[in-house]
Parts: sequence; structure tokens; C-alpha cells
Amino acid sequence: MLDKAISGSRTYYMWLAGLLGVIGVGFGCYLYQLTNGLGVTGLSRDVSWGFYIAQLTYLVGVAASGVMLVLPYYLHNHKVFGKITILGEFMAVAAIMMCGLFVLVDLGQPMRALNIILYPTPNSILFWDMLVLNGYLLLNLVIGWSVLQAETKGDTVEKWVKVLIYISIPFAISIHTVTAFLYAGLPGRHFWLTAIMAARFLSSAFCAGPAILLLIILFLRKAVKFEVKDEAVRSLAVIITYAMIINIFFLGLEFFTAFYSQIPGHMHSFIYLYKGLDGHGKLVPWMWASSILAVFCLALLIPPRFRRNEKLLPVALVSLVAATWIDKGLGLVVAGFIPNPLDHVTEYAPTLPELAISLGIYAIGALVVTVLYKIAVEVKKDALDHH
Amino acid sequence: MMKLYNGKIILLGLAVFVGIVTFPFWFNMGKAAPAPVLKLDTPVIAKMPVKQCVRPTAFMKAGHMQLLNQWRDTVVRDNNRVAPDQAGVMREMSLSNTCMECHSNKTEFCDKCHNYVSVAPYCWNCHIQPKENS
Amino acid sequence: MDKTRRNFLKVVGLAAAAGLVLKPAGKGFAMDLVRRVPEGAAPTDKALKAGRWAMVVDTKKFTDASREAVMEACRKAHNIPVMRDPRHALKWIWDENYENAFPEQMNEHIPEYQKKNKVLVMCNNCANPACVRVCPTKATFKRPDGIVMMDYHRCIGCRFCMAACPYGSRSFNFEDPRKSLTEIDPSYPTRTKGVVEKCNFCAERLARGMQPACVAACRNKELIFGDATDPKSEVSRILDERFNIRRRPELGTQPQVYYLT
Repeated sequence: MLDKAISGSRTYYMWLAGLLGVIGVGFGCYLYQLTNGLGVTGLSRDVSWGFYIAQLTYLVGVAASGVMLVLPYYLHNHKVFGKITILGEFMAVAAIMMCGLFVLVDLGQPMRALNIILYPTPNSILFWDMLVLNGYLLLNLVIGWSVLQAETKGDTVEKWVKVLIYISIPFAISIHTVTAFLYAGLPGRHFWLTAIMAARFLSSAFCAGPAILLLIILFLRKAVKFEVKDEAVRSLAVIITYAMIINIFFLGLEFFTAFYSQIPGHMHSFIYLYKGLDGHGKLVPWMWASSILAVFCLALLIPPRFRRNEKLLPVALVSLVAATWIDKGLGLVVAGFIPNPLDHVTEYAPTLPELAISLGIYAIGALVVTVLYKIAVEVKKDALDHH
Repeated sequence: MMKLYNGKIILLGLAVFVGIVTFPFWFNMGKAAPAPVLKLDTPVIAKMPVKQCVRPTAFMKAGHMQLLNQWRDTVVRDNNRVAPDQAGVMREMSLSNTCMECHSNKTEFCDKCHNYVSVAPYCWNCHIQPKENS
Repeated sequence: MDKTRRNFLKVVGLAAAAGLVLKPAGKGFAMDLVRRVPEGAAPTDKALKAGRWAMVVDTKKFTDASREAVMEACRKAHNIPVMRDPRHALKWIWDENYENAFPEQMNEHIPEYQKKNKVLVMCNNCANPACVRVCPTKATFKRPDGIVMMDYHRCIGCRFCMAACPYGSRSFNFEDPRKSLTEIDPSYPTRTKGVVEKCNFCAERLARGMQPACVAACRNKELIFGDATDPKSEVSRILDERFNIRRRPELGTQPQVYYLT
């Protein structure tokens, strides 16, 4: 099946070449960071995690979201998702690979990364995160590949693959739960110290991930005549809408607890994000943009007549992805560090090398997704021709 | 019998791969550098009545890195700072303070061999190397 | 695709994978499971011992000069550079305003000396340390005598401990610290770029029978260091007698630095 990835149109090759170029630049910047240390990033003693770890957090959500296709199809026999579950699984593969890379570039001593395995430490959530992320990667690779192979031969999926699929469902929930636990169990970081952190992560994942997936599906439909039933698009849009509503509801709960209790520590990070604290407010415009985009996308998603409009749907989805990315891929991690434990405000902004490295990793993810989707789309086309 | 599809391309690719992988060997063929001879002529060693390391020479040649690893873990993690040497004398388990006290010639004693086998231990990124007179 | 070729490749692949897994396993791959210790290893004869080390900071006694002397002694003893970029600052023991050291204790009216006098802060060497709980490699760990140690050899620089520490007591080497050091004490190592560092209650001095460098730099007993589990120790006696506070005790970390105010 791999041969399908190396025969394509000119545009396909140009796209791959472009991605390789971006990866090259990112890799060069990483070598620069490796030689000079993480001082080349915008990170500091006070804001010691930033863009990299925030992307990790966002992408774990994207990876987990594949379950929003797998679960309805395999547990509820929602047949219209049958053709697209593979896209969810392959996106999970790419997303987890990016997660791993974002962790790796964030390490001060990357050549010692294997110490996590050499000195296994079950009391560290990072240890469990490493286990579940790698487990989920392996599951999705094996499942995706087996399902596709069965399709080339016109067979049904084998029993052991089905078992793995059922295992992958709680696994998807676990990767984002464990990732939330990285934050939610730290004393003294009020912004993160919230019992609904995992629930918030899952709700934002289950709207943002499927939204990205649906955008890709709409693109594939147009660009390469990939056949997806309208019904599939519509039910995915409904799932996205509900998840986004829950996501916003959860954020509202956080606001209530912080501001009705009036406990300074609980309010400070929110004030920093939405109003600015002690004259520092770099993220304020971003957070308001996120809020406006969130309201806007819900206005387009909730009324069925807008949601079913093929022209409006992509606009709504892009707004949703932007809104959730700002919230989780920018605000959540940084604001947890502001103010610092000594009540000082140190702000954070990523530097150019930091952004180039991140872009390089996203390009690697795009490359993996492109190749895997190329294979999947071709296999499905062949299957159609045969039957 | 199995048939090899695209045989030519596969074999050519294999040949190129093997060529690249073995490049260092055939590129350096016949140019092997002589094995370094380590110098033990430091002032401290010269004054020793019995010239003896903390472990037998043969052990140190093969296993000094394992011993250093054991030392560092024992000192840092167990707070046990001394251990008997091969003569039974308690010695501080310290690279900078014990090893380098005798082997004060780092360039001649450590670097020569490490360079020869092309390893770059990162001990000296943190530990302070002794000042050498020469 | 040809069935036989695929099966052939599968067998080859499996055999290679098995080889990779089995070979190192036969050689004792998991090195931490059986850590070998040099025979007869022991602490030095002079080593100071305690059930749980604790520090008392007598804030009233400090002057600007004595605080600076204490901080300087620590920087010298541990080769801690003063970084040009404050974002990359390396801090083991440093001074903060009262309102920053004790944000929740800041009342409208407090004695003038408290407003003016800065407070020395350092790693609290907590009895229930969050940093140790989160470290994925045991690079930071708690010793039986209560000291929260760093194993710089093992630290991968993930900075989880920095996120976990509710006191901001941990620093990260964003660049090679030697570039900013003017003089180096050869008896103590520097750190390398990419690892986290912090105050260790001078474990290396205690092992040689000496008080921590900051305590030794005090002329007027501004800092008192000792065993909190020994009722007869100076530390225990002072804490039994005088009102004392700790930083953020409500978090349950059990900090072992006590402040007399």
C-alpha cells in the first residue's frame, strides 16, 4: 500500500517539497537551540513552559478526537462514519508524533530523554503520559493500517483488530485525562488546580479535533473527489457543536468559581488573560479574539440552517479551531505561570526560532497526514472501482 | 521460488546503502592512527612509594566509566562519600578531587584516549578540570 | 501485492525486532533496577547527621549588608553566576519584599521594619515536596534526612519540577552558566545548560562536617540550621519558644524553612 504514497500529481509533490522545506528550516533552528540552550526561546525562570508544551497540550486533544468518529461507528453502528474513521485514526497518528516531538524540543537535555524509561517513576504524571501517548500511537497505527488493508482485499476487519479498536476508545479518553493531570495536580498553580481540567480538555478536544478533521474532509471532497456522504458531514458538525457548547460552559464554570469566591489566587490568572495584571497584558487581545470567535462560531453552528450551509460551515469551523487554539495552545499554559509564586508578573512571548521549530514540527505532522491520507484515499477509490 | 520484483532497483539501492554505511571503514582504510600511550608522570604519582590506583590497572582500563558512574550515584543519591580502594584505604569517591589529584594531566591522561576512540564524555561540562602547568 | 514476499518480509522484520529486544535484555538492560554500589561505601566520619534538617530565618536581625553577604557566600560556594538577563536568573537564596515572600500575609498595617526589611527565601526542602512527586526520572529526590536533592547527571530538563514548586525556588540553566561566571571554585562543580538547579541546604558541606555556607556567613545568628526532629537542637528550641511562620503552609508541602518575624 505504501506505493500509493509515491505516485501522485505535480501539486502533491510540490506540497510535499514545500513541507520538507519548512521542516528543514525548523531543523536548522533546532540545531541552533541545541547548541545554545533554551535561552533562545522566550521562556524564562518564571514562565518555564510555553509554546512547545502548549502545542503538545492542544495536539493531544486533536489526537484524542478520533474517538468521536470511532465511538459512534463501532459502538452505535453509525454507518455513515464507516468511511472516515480511518481519517480520524491517521490524524491521531500524526498528532501524537507531533506531541512527542514537541516534548523532545522542550527538553533541556534531549539526549537524556530515555531516562524516563531507564528510571521509571510511577508517581510522575509525565511517566504515565509517555506510556499512554505511545500506546495510543501504536494502537492507531496498527488499527488504521489493518482496516485499510482489509479494505484493499475487500475483507471485513479481523476480530483482533476489532478488539484493539474497542481498547482504543478508553485510551483516547485517557491520553487527554493524563495530559490534564500534568497541570491539575500542582499545588500553588491556582489556574490549573481545577477538578474539571480533564473535562475541559476533553470537551475542547472533541470540538477542535473533529473540526480540523471536517475541514480536511471538505477539502478532500473538493480537491480529490473523495466521497463522503452529506449525512456524515452533518452528524460530525452536530458533534462539534455540542462539544463546543460544553467547552464554553466549562470555561464559564471556571469564571464563576474564581470570581464569586473572590479568592485572589483564583482570579489573578483570569484577570491577566482578559484584562491585564499590573500593567501587563500581552495576551488580552488574543483572549478577546478567542472569545469573539467562540461566540461567532457558535452563532453559525447552533442554528441548523447555518450549520448545514456548505459555505458557512468552513467559516464556522475555522473560527472554532482558532478560538480553541488561542485558549489552549496559547493562554492556558502561559497564564498558569502568571503571576509567579512570588506574585511577580513576567510575561512570555515565543521567539522566532521557537516559532520556526514549532512550524517545522507542524510540517512534519502535515507530511505524515498527507502521506497517510493519500494512501487511504487511493485505497478507497480502488475499492469503489472494484465493486 | 520467490520472484523479486523491481530487482534491479532494489539491488542498486541496497548497494548504495551498504556503501554509505561502510563509508567510514573504507575511507579510513590503511590510515589507522597509532594507539595513544598514556602518561603517568605527574608529580603526585612520582612521589608515591607504591604506584597503585584505586582499582587494578586492567580493571580501570576497561571499566573506569562504570566505576565513575557507581561513584557518582553513590555519592549523589546515597550520600556515601568514601569507599575503600584496592589496598583497603578509604578514599573520597570524587573525579575532581581523587582521580585528578594523581592524574592531574587531563590532556595527556583523559583526552588523548577519548579523542582516539572518539568519545566525548560530558564530565567537564560541570566538573572543573585541573589547571595544567604545561 | 505478492503474498509470499509479504510473508517473507514479515518474518524478517519480526526476527530483527526480536533480536533488538532480546539482546539487550540478556545483558541487564534495566540499569536502575540493580544499581551497583562500590563495596564498603560509607559517609565520611565528620558528616553531620539529622532526622530532618530545618532552617530558621530571623528576619528582624538581618541588614541589607548581612543579607548580601549571605547571598554572596552561596553564589561563591556553588559557582552560581549572576545572569545578565533577569529572565534566566539562577537563584538559590535571594531576597524578596515581605509582600512577595508572604503574599497572603500582607495586611494594610504591618510594622514598618517588615515593610522595609527584605526577606531571604530559598528552597524550603519540603517534607512533602511536590517537585519530587512530579519528577519523571527521580533526578530530584528526598533524602532520609529531609534534604531535597538534585541529581544533575540525571535531569532531562523537562522543568515539571519548576511548574510544581509553589515557591519559585527552582532555576533552569537556559544557557551554559560558565559563560557568565567570573571566578570558579574548583572544589564544587558548575551546572551544564539544560538542567534545573536549586538550594540543597549545602549537602556537600554537611557531608564534610560544615554548616551550610549561608549559615557560616552569618555573624549574628541570623540563620540557624539544625535537626528539627531532635528536641534538644537549637532549631527545635527556638521554634518551641518563638512565634514562627512558613511560606504557604496551607498547600501541605511542609516547608522546612521557618521565619521569625
